[in-house]
Amino acid sequence: MTSPEAKTNGMGKDLIVYVCILALAGIQFFIAYQGISASQMFVRMLIVACIEAALALLFFMHLWENRGLKWFVLIFTVAVILGMQYGWTDSYRLIDGVPWAH
Amino acid sequence: MCQADVTMGSHSALMEQPTFSVPAKKMAMWLFIIADSATFAGCLVAYGFIRNATPNWPRPFHGITNVAVMTFILLTSSLTMLIGVRSAQNGNKSGAVRWTLITAFAGALFAILHVREWMTMIGEGATLFHNPWGTPLFSSLFFSITGLHLLHVTCGVIALIVVALRYQGGRYKADDLEVTGLYWHFVDLVWMFVVPLVYLLNLAH
Repeated sequence: MTSPEAKTNGMGKDLIVYVCILALAGIQFFIAYQGISASQMFVRMLIVACIEAALALLFFMHLWENRGLKWFVLIFTVAVILGMQYGWTDSYRLIDGVPWAH
Repeated sequence: MCQADVTMGSHSALMEQPTFSVPAKKMAMWLFIIADSATFAGCLVAYGFIRNATPNWPRPFHGITNVAVMTFILLTSSLTMLIGVRSAQNGNKSGAVRWTLITAFAGALFAILHVREWMTMIGEGATLFHNPWGTPLFSSLFFSITGLHLLHVTCGVIALIVVALRYQGGRYKADDLEVTGLYWHFVDLVWMFVVPLVYLLNLAH
Protein backbone atom coordinates (compact mmCIF):
# COMPACT_ATOMS: atom_id res chain seq x y z
CA MET A 1 0.00 0.00 0.00
CA THR A 2 2.85 2.35 0.78
CA SER A 3 5.34 3.33 -1.87
CA PRO A 4 8.84 1.84 -1.63
CA GLU A 5 10.16 5.38 -1.29
CA ALA A 6 8.10 5.91 1.85
CA LYS A 7 9.29 2.62 3.30
CA THR A 8 12.94 3.46 2.85
CA ASN A 9 12.62 6.91 4.40
CA GLY A 10 13.82 6.92 7.98
CA MET A 11 12.28 8.59 10.98
CA GLY A 12 14.48 11.67 10.53
CA LYS A 13 11.98 13.60 8.44
CA ASP A 14 9.10 12.60 10.71
CA LEU A 15 11.00 13.80 13.77
CA ILE A 16 11.75 17.15 12.13
CA VAL A 17 8.08 17.58 11.19
CA TYR A 18 7.03 16.61 14.73
CA VAL A 19 9.38 19.19 16.26
CA CYS A 20 8.11 21.84 13.80
CA ILE A 21 4.48 21.09 14.73
CA LEU A 22 5.32 21.22 18.44
CA ALA A 23 7.07 24.56 17.91
CA LEU A 24 4.07 25.92 15.99
CA ALA A 25 1.76 24.78 18.79
CA GLY A 26 4.04 26.64 21.19
CA ILE A 27 3.72 29.75 19.03
CA GLN A 28 -0.07 29.51 19.34
CA PHE A 29 0.23 29.52 23.13
CA PHE A 30 2.63 32.48 22.91
CA ILE A 31 0.16 34.42 20.73
CA ALA A 32 -2.55 33.80 23.35
CA TYR A 33 -0.62 35.94 25.84
CA GLN A 34 0.11 38.84 23.46
CA GLY A 35 -1.75 42.05 24.17
CA ILE A 36 -3.58 42.19 20.85
CA SER A 37 -7.24 42.32 19.87
CA ALA A 38 -9.29 39.10 19.63
CA SER A 39 -9.63 39.42 15.86
CA GLN A 40 -5.86 39.81 15.37
CA MET A 41 -5.28 36.89 17.72
CA PHE A 42 -7.82 34.79 15.81
CA VAL A 43 -6.17 35.47 12.44
CA ARG A 44 -2.66 34.73 13.71
CA MET A 45 -3.68 31.54 15.48
CA LEU A 46 -5.66 30.35 12.45
CA ILE A 47 -2.66 30.88 10.15
CA VAL A 48 -0.42 28.90 12.52
CA ALA A 49 -3.07 26.14 12.82
CA CYS A 50 -3.34 25.92 9.02
CA ILE A 51 0.46 25.53 8.72
CA GLU A 52 0.40 22.82 11.42
CA ALA A 53 -2.45 21.02 9.65
CA ALA A 54 -0.68 21.25 6.29
CA LEU A 55 2.49 19.71 7.77
CA ALA A 56 0.48 16.90 9.37
CA LEU A 57 -1.45 16.23 6.16
CA LEU A 58 1.57 16.29 3.87
CA PHE A 59 4.07 14.34 5.97
CA PHE A 60 2.27 12.41 8.75
CA MET A 61 -0.58 11.39 6.47
CA HIS A 62 1.72 11.05 3.44
CA LEU A 63 -0.31 13.25 1.09
CA TRP A 64 3.01 14.58 -0.20
CA GLU A 65 3.64 11.24 -1.90
CA ASN A 66 0.32 11.17 -3.78
CA ARG A 67 -0.18 14.11 -6.08
CA GLY A 68 -3.69 13.23 -7.30
CA LEU A 69 -5.09 12.63 -3.82
CA LYS A 70 -3.37 15.78 -2.53
CA TRP A 71 -5.22 17.99 -5.03
CA PHE A 72 -8.49 16.13 -4.48
CA VAL A 73 -8.34 16.68 -0.70
CA LEU A 74 -7.18 20.28 -1.08
CA ILE A 75 -9.84 21.35 -3.58
CA PHE A 76 -12.68 19.57 -1.78
CA THR A 77 -11.75 20.85 1.68
CA VAL A 78 -11.17 24.43 0.56
CA ALA A 79 -14.48 24.43 -1.35
CA VAL A 80 -16.40 23.21 1.72
CA ILE A 81 -14.73 25.68 4.08
CA LEU A 82 -15.22 28.58 1.63
CA GLY A 83 -18.88 27.63 1.34
CA MET A 84 -19.25 27.98 5.10
CA GLN A 85 -17.96 31.55 5.08
CA TYR A 86 -21.31 32.90 3.87
CA GLY A 87 -22.49 32.81 7.48
CA TRP A 88 -20.07 35.47 8.70
CA THR A 89 -21.91 38.42 7.24
CA ASP A 90 -25.04 37.31 9.06
CA SER A 91 -23.07 36.98 12.27
CA TYR A 92 -22.09 40.66 12.03
CA ARG A 93 -25.69 41.58 11.17
CA LEU A 94 -26.81 40.07 14.47
CA ILE A 95 -24.73 42.67 16.29
CA ASP A 96 -25.00 45.72 14.05
CA GLY A 97 -28.05 45.28 11.87
CA VAL A 98 -31.76 44.59 12.07
CA PRO A 99 -34.02 42.98 13.17
CA TRP A 100 -32.12 41.35 16.04
CA ALA A 101 -29.59 44.05 16.82
CA HIS A 102 -28.43 44.24 20.41
CA MET B 1 -11.74 -2.88 -25.95
CA CYS B 2 -13.10 -5.48 -28.41
CA GLN B 3 -14.53 -8.88 -27.47
CA ALA B 4 -11.38 -10.67 -28.56
CA ASP B 5 -9.34 -8.53 -26.19
CA VAL B 6 -11.74 -9.30 -23.41
CA THR B 7 -11.58 -13.03 -23.89
CA MET B 8 -7.88 -13.27 -24.69
CA GLY B 9 -6.43 -10.47 -22.62
CA SER B 10 -5.04 -10.96 -19.15
CA HIS B 11 -7.24 -10.41 -16.13
CA SER B 12 -5.05 -7.59 -14.92
CA ALA B 13 -5.74 -5.64 -18.09
CA LEU B 14 -9.43 -5.78 -17.34
CA MET B 15 -9.13 -4.68 -13.72
CA GLU B 16 -9.83 -1.05 -13.03
CA GLN B 17 -7.00 0.94 -11.51
CA PRO B 18 -7.75 2.28 -8.00
CA THR B 19 -8.63 5.96 -7.75
CA PHE B 20 -5.48 8.10 -7.42
CA SER B 21 -3.55 4.80 -7.16
CA VAL B 22 -4.80 4.53 -3.58
CA PRO B 23 -6.05 1.11 -2.41
CA ALA B 24 -9.75 0.87 -1.56
CA LYS B 25 -9.37 0.69 2.25
CA LYS B 26 -7.13 3.73 2.33
CA MET B 27 -9.40 5.63 -0.07
CA ALA B 28 -12.41 4.83 2.12
CA MET B 29 -10.59 6.25 5.14
CA TRP B 30 -9.67 9.39 3.18
CA LEU B 31 -13.31 9.88 2.16
CA PHE B 32 -14.36 9.46 5.80
CA ILE B 33 -11.71 11.98 6.87
CA ILE B 34 -12.88 14.50 4.28
CA ALA B 35 -16.51 14.09 5.39
CA ASP B 36 -15.57 14.29 9.07
CA SER B 37 -13.43 17.37 8.49
CA ALA B 38 -16.54 19.01 7.01
CA THR B 39 -18.41 18.11 10.24
CA PHE B 40 -15.74 19.65 12.44
CA ALA B 41 -15.39 22.66 10.14
CA GLY B 42 -19.15 23.18 10.42
CA CYS B 43 -18.98 23.03 14.22
CA LEU B 44 -16.03 25.41 14.44
CA VAL B 45 -17.51 27.89 11.95
CA ALA B 46 -20.80 27.81 13.88
CA TYR B 47 -18.83 28.42 17.06
CA GLY B 48 -17.08 31.40 15.45
CA PHE B 49 -20.42 32.69 14.16
CA ILE B 50 -22.02 32.58 17.62
CA ARG B 51 -18.94 33.91 19.42
CA ASN B 52 -18.77 36.84 17.02
CA ALA B 53 -22.48 37.59 17.37
CA THR B 54 -22.56 37.40 21.17
CA PRO B 55 -21.46 40.46 23.14
CA ASN B 56 -19.43 39.89 26.33
CA TRP B 57 -18.33 36.41 25.39
CA PRO B 58 -16.96 34.74 28.56
CA ARG B 59 -13.25 34.03 28.97
CA PRO B 60 -13.22 31.49 31.80
CA PHE B 61 -9.83 29.80 31.30
CA HIS B 62 -7.16 31.01 33.72
CA GLY B 63 -4.36 28.63 32.88
CA ILE B 64 -3.00 26.75 29.89
CA THR B 65 -1.07 24.00 31.70
CA ASN B 66 -3.71 21.30 31.25
CA VAL B 67 -4.43 22.07 27.60
CA ALA B 68 -0.69 22.38 26.86
CA VAL B 69 -0.04 18.94 28.36
CA MET B 70 -3.00 17.49 26.44
CA THR B 71 -1.69 19.02 23.19
CA PHE B 72 1.81 17.66 23.82
CA ILE B 73 0.44 14.17 24.49
CA LEU B 74 -1.73 14.13 21.37
CA LEU B 75 1.02 15.47 19.09
CA THR B 76 3.49 12.96 20.50
CA SER B 77 0.99 10.15 19.97
CA SER B 78 1.04 10.98 16.25
CA LEU B 79 4.79 10.42 16.25
CA THR B 80 4.47 7.09 18.09
CA MET B 81 1.81 6.07 15.56
CA LEU B 82 4.22 6.85 12.73
CA ILE B 83 6.91 4.74 14.40
CA GLY B 84 4.40 1.89 14.78
CA VAL B 85 3.39 2.02 11.11
CA ARG B 86 7.02 2.19 9.96
CA SER B 87 7.87 -0.79 12.18
CA ALA B 88 5.00 -2.75 10.61
CA GLN B 89 6.14 -1.84 7.11
CA ASN B 90 9.67 -3.00 7.95
CA GLY B 91 8.36 -6.33 9.24
CA ASN B 92 9.03 -5.58 12.91
CA LYS B 93 5.80 -7.01 14.28
CA SER B 94 6.52 -6.70 18.00
CA GLY B 95 7.73 -3.11 17.54
CA ALA B 96 4.62 -2.21 15.56
CA VAL B 97 2.30 -3.63 18.22
CA ARG B 98 4.26 -1.99 21.04
CA TRP B 99 4.24 1.48 19.44
CA THR B 100 0.59 1.23 18.44
CA LEU B 101 -0.36 0.32 22.00
CA ILE B 102 1.78 3.21 23.29
CA THR B 103 -0.23 5.45 20.95
CA ALA B 104 -3.46 4.04 22.37
CA PHE B 105 -2.17 4.63 25.90
CA ALA B 106 -1.35 8.26 25.01
CA GLY B 107 -4.85 8.66 23.60
CA ALA B 108 -6.36 7.23 26.78
CA LEU B 109 -4.25 9.59 28.87
CA PHE B 110 -5.47 12.50 26.76
CA ALA B 111 -9.07 11.39 27.30
CA ILE B 112 -8.55 11.13 31.07
CA LEU B 113 -7.08 14.65 31.23
CA HIS B 114 -9.95 15.89 29.11
CA VAL B 115 -12.57 14.34 31.38
CA ARG B 116 -10.74 15.75 34.44
CA GLU B 117 -10.96 19.20 32.89
CA TRP B 118 -14.66 18.69 32.18
CA MET B 119 -15.25 17.63 35.79
CA THR B 120 -13.52 20.80 37.01
CA MET B 121 -15.75 22.95 34.81
CA ILE B 122 -18.88 21.05 35.83
CA GLY B 123 -17.81 21.51 39.46
CA GLU B 124 -17.75 25.26 38.84
CA GLY B 125 -21.35 25.13 37.62
CA ALA B 126 -20.93 24.82 33.86
CA THR B 127 -23.27 22.41 32.09
CA LEU B 128 -24.65 22.04 28.58
CA PHE B 129 -27.41 24.55 29.36
CA HIS B 130 -25.89 26.67 32.10
CA ASN B 131 -22.81 28.81 32.26
CA PRO B 132 -21.80 30.65 35.47
CA TRP B 133 -19.59 33.10 33.52
CA GLY B 134 -22.27 34.50 31.19
CA THR B 135 -24.07 33.28 28.11
CA PRO B 136 -25.02 29.57 28.26
CA LEU B 137 -24.03 29.33 24.59
CA PHE B 138 -20.40 29.15 25.71
CA SER B 139 -20.90 25.97 27.73
CA SER B 140 -23.10 24.40 25.05
CA LEU B 141 -20.48 24.97 22.37
CA PHE B 142 -17.53 24.07 24.58
CA PHE B 143 -18.97 20.72 25.66
CA SER B 144 -20.31 19.95 22.17
CA ILE B 145 -17.10 20.63 20.25
CA THR B 146 -14.69 19.13 22.77
CA GLY B 147 -17.15 16.27 23.34
CA LEU B 148 -17.24 15.48 19.62
CA HIS B 149 -13.44 15.46 19.59
CA LEU B 150 -13.28 13.34 22.74
CA LEU B 151 -15.66 10.86 21.12
CA HIS B 152 -13.28 10.60 18.16
CA VAL B 153 -10.31 10.08 20.50
CA THR B 154 -12.16 7.35 22.43
CA CYS B 155 -13.15 5.56 19.21
CA GLY B 156 -9.54 5.93 18.01
CA VAL B 157 -8.15 4.36 21.18
CA ILE B 158 -10.51 1.39 20.86
CA ALA B 159 -9.67 1.03 17.14
CA LEU B 160 -5.93 1.18 17.83
CA ILE B 161 -6.11 -1.53 20.49
CA VAL B 162 -8.30 -3.80 18.31
CA VAL B 163 -6.15 -3.34 15.20
CA ALA B 164 -2.88 -3.82 17.14
CA LEU B 165 -4.12 -7.06 18.71
CA ARG B 166 -5.47 -8.40 15.42
CA TYR B 167 -2.22 -7.43 13.69
CA GLN B 168 -0.34 -9.35 16.38
CA GLY B 169 -2.61 -12.33 15.81
CA GLY B 170 -1.96 -12.23 12.06
CA ARG B 171 -5.50 -11.28 11.04
CA TYR B 172 -4.55 -7.76 9.97
CA LYS B 173 -1.62 -6.49 7.92
CA ALA B 174 0.61 -3.45 8.01
CA ASP B 175 -1.81 -1.72 5.65
CA ASP B 176 -4.56 -1.90 8.27
CA LEU B 177 -2.29 -0.25 10.83
CA GLU B 178 -1.53 2.46 8.28
CA VAL B 179 -5.23 3.14 7.64
CA THR B 180 -5.93 3.35 11.40
CA GLY B 181 -2.93 5.65 11.71
CA LEU B 182 -4.49 7.97 9.13
CA TYR B 183 -7.55 8.30 11.38
CA TRP B 184 -5.37 8.98 14.42
CA HIS B 185 -3.44 11.74 12.62
CA PHE B 186 -6.77 13.28 11.63
CA VAL B 187 -7.90 13.37 15.29
CA ASP B 188 -4.61 15.10 16.09
CA LEU B 189 -5.13 17.55 13.21
CA VAL B 190 -8.58 18.57 14.43
CA TRP B 191 -7.16 19.33 17.89
CA MET B 192 -4.79 21.87 16.26
CA PHE B 193 -7.88 23.95 15.45
CA VAL B 194 -9.88 23.24 18.60
CA VAL B 195 -7.12 24.47 20.93
CA PRO B 196 -6.75 28.01 19.58
CA LEU B 197 -10.42 28.59 18.85
CA VAL B 198 -12.03 27.05 21.92
CA TYR B 199 -9.32 27.42 24.58
CA LEU B 200 -6.70 30.05 23.74
CA LEU B 201 -9.11 32.69 22.45
CA ASN B 202 -11.04 32.35 25.73
CA LEU B 203 -8.14 32.86 28.12
CA ALA B 204 -8.82 35.32 30.94
CA HIS B 205 -6.33 38.19 30.83
